[in-house]
Amino acid sequence: MEGLLFWSPAVVAVGAGIAVFRVDSMARATYALALSFVAVGLELLLLDLAYLGVVTVLMMVMEMAIMAVFMIMFMMNSAGLMPMSMVHNRRGALALSVGVFLSLAAVALLTPWPERRGTVPEDPTRSVGTGVMETKMLVMMGVGAVLFTTIVAALVLAASRSRYDVRGGRR
Amino acid sequence: MTLDLFLLLAAALFAVGLYGALSQQSVVMVMMGLELMINGVVVAAASFWYFVAPAQPDGQVLVLVVISAMTVEMAMGFAVVTLLFRAKDVDTTDTAAELKR
Repeated sequence: MEGLLFWSPAVVAVGAGIAVFRVDSMARATYALALSFVAVGLELLLLDLAYLGVVTVLMMVMEMAIMAVFMIMFMMNSAGLMPMSMVHNRRGALALSVGVFLSLAAVALLTPWPERRGTVPEDPTRSVGTGVMETKMLVMMGVGAVLFTTIVAALVLAASRSRYDVRGGRR
Repeated sequence: MTLDLFLLLAAALFAVGLYGALSQQSVVMVMMGLELMINGVVVAAASFWYFVAPAQPDGQVLVLVVISAMTVEMAMGFAVVTLLFRAKDVDTTDTAAELKR
C-alpha cells in the first residue's frame, strides 16, 4: 500500500513532466506542469510535510494559472490547433539529460547516506514554524529582502518605458 | 519508501527539466524546464529532511527557501520575457541575440 502511495504520484510527476515538452499546445503544457507539481505536493504529504505539501500545491496551481495567461499573451499556437515543434539541439539535450539522470541516480544509490538521527516531530509544521522564528530567522529575513528586490526589479524590467527613459520614450 | 527511491524521483524530475531547459526555443518553455528542475530539488531536500535529520527543521527551511527561489525565478523570467517582447517582439531564445553579447 505504501509502495502504491509512493509510486502513483511519482509516475504522474515524471510522466506529466515529460508531457510538458511533448504536447502540442502551450496551455496543455502548463496544465501538465501543474499536474506534475500537484503530484510532488502529494509526495511531500507522504513525508509528513503537511504544510509544505499544501503550500507547494496551492502555490504551483496559482503560478500555472498565471503562466497560462502569459502563454496566451506571448506564445504562438497556445490552443494547440496545429502540431508544432519548437526545439533546438534535441539530441544533445537528450543525451545530456540522460547522462545527468544516470550520474545523479548513481550518486543516490551508491552513496552510503548517514543513518537517520532523531525522529519526526509530532507536529513538523510547528517545528518549521519555530525554526523560522528562532534559529533560522536570518534565512527568512534574507528571503524576504530577496523577494522585495524581485518585486522592484520585475516591475522595473517589465514596465513600459516612459518619458524618463534615456531615449525619451522613442523606440 | 526509502531515501533512494525519493532521490531517484528527484533525479528524474531534474533530468526531464534539464532536457526542457536545454532543448526548448520558447523562453516560457525554458522557464518550465527550470521549474521542473527546482521541483526535483524540492523532493530531494524534503526527503533528506525526513530520512536523515527529521528532528531539526533545517531541511524544511531549505524546502521553503527553494520554493521562494522558484517564485523569484518565475517573476524575473516573466519580467525579462515581457521586456524582450516589448523591445524586439522576441519570444524565442534563438532570436534574443543580445543575450549572446
